[in-house]
Amino acid sequence: MYNHGEDLIQICNEKNKKIYEIVLEKESDITGKSIDEIRKEMNENLKVMIESSSHAINNEVVSVSGLIGGESKKVMEYKNSHETICGNTINKAMAMALSTSEVNASMGKIVAAPTAGASGILPSALITAKEKFNLNDDDIINGLFTAAGIGEIVAKNATVSGAYGGCQAECGVAAAMAAAGIVEMLGGSPETCLHASSIAIINIMGLVCDPIAGLVEFPCAFRNASGVVNALISADLALAGIKSLVPFDEVVEAMYRVGKSLPDTLKETALGGLAATPTGEKFKERIL
Amino acid sequence: MKDYSVFDILGPVMIGPSSSHTAGAARLGKVAREIAGDNFDNVCFYLHGSFAKTYKGHGTDRALVAGVLGMDPSDERIKYSFQIAEEKGIKIKFIETDLGYAHPNTVKIVFQNKYGDTFYVTGSSIGGGSILITDIDGNKVEFTGDLPTLLLKYKDRKGTISKISTILSSNDINIATMKVTRERNIATMVVETDTLANKNAIEEISKNEDVFYIKTINPIDKR
Repeated sequence: MYNHGEDLIQICNEKNKKIYEIVLEKESDITGKSIDEIRKEMNENLKVMIESSSHAINNEVVSVSGLIGGESKKVMEYKNSHETICGNTINKAMAMALSTSEVNASMGKIVAAPTAGASGILPSALITAKEKFNLNDDDIINGLFTAAGIGEIVAKNATVSGAYGGCQAECGVAAAMAAAGIVEMLGGSPETCLHASSIAIINIMGLVCDPIAGLVEFPCAFRNASGVVNALISADLALAGIKSLVPFDEVVEAMYRVGKSLPDTLKETALGGLAATPTGEKFKERIL
Repeated sequence: MKDYSVFDILGPVMIGPSSSHTAGAARLGKVAREIAGDNFDNVCFYLHGSFAKTYKGHGTDRALVAGVLGMDPSDERIKYSFQIAEEKGIKIKFIETDLGYAHPNTVKIVFQNKYGDTFYVTGSSIGGGSILITDIDGNKVEFTGDLPTLLLKYKDRKGTISKISTILSSNDINIATMKVTRERNIATMVVETDTLANKNAIEEISKNEDVFYIKTINPIDKR
């Protein structure tokens, strides 16, 4: 059993196993289900993720309140018709993350990862890695279990809720999970996975949760797009051999303390940040 | 330290946009229907706190209606639940209210049948799509609907708790939690079990003359 990043790495090294194998063993232990059953269950979640990541690219989607809709389509069309500054991989990744956010905001089906508000990041990141490197479904499922292990440690020791920790705890943790998942899929070591996760959290530490009218729409969709890019660059930085000076467990602890010291106005209450701007207030009035 | 399943982190599979305001709301509606039964043609939702303030933008209203129609939190028809209710001839009403000291995401769901009889269930969406049922038609309770649940009302008498637990264990049903409250001489018992109480166990318990209400509630699948 593991409660921290440090334990997890130690177990991986002792048993000479990958993070996803340890996560699967533990899941099998606590649920009594076979590894095969658990992988199949995850495969069902993966199907929902794949659908949500592409739906709004191919279909017109408008959110319940009308604040967002059509963003992922625009990014895709722009990417397909222009030479872009960020290139194909990043633009496609942003389009997929936006797609899940739009599907979520329009009452479509998603997988909370770790939350509904941040649900666009992980699917997009892992699908991006799979497509770019021609990997198979088993690889992406290994990435998902690796990501789940990271999310589990953060949920245990800190929080994955915007109401308690701000957006850093939702989109930040989603990016940390995704970065570790990508590193696993590309053959990195367990230590490299954790460095990638640390870097992703460090990159957005302090990010506030300030949705207009309290709805999971604006700026949430943008933060899913930037969140997946954060995951991709964090994975690349770690795979390049860059290490986080502060170890993962301490980064998580720091994120938690930052979250606790954020005022309530910046934690999903729609009383601060963008929500409290004149424009934010105007939309709130109109919608609620 | 709480132990998480990977599917607590990568899940639930749900209809957006909010696990607490949408998925939890659908779950509340569905558990309330499990308790109230399906003999109703009119439902009134009293929304409290954040539910009252943001229900339109989060689709809490459509999710609650979907739930009382029997849909799961991952049912793609949630979006169209008003229309489906209308087709079934079920009248729906939402009232923003203050339910007093309650969790911010709380709803009181009042079911009415064609004779005008009412029955209500109150519960809260406590985060991540999880819920807590707190009041069933005036009886204070506390259960989540994650496990099979047995609800009993009986005239309080010495030894009843032990009789009921004996019947459950002799039917190979393991008790996970058990709570008993009493008002005057009427006791309300909520038993969460690992497996759903079978017909045999229910019949045996019903033979006890003091028991005048018995109800089994199926767990609502989180996926």
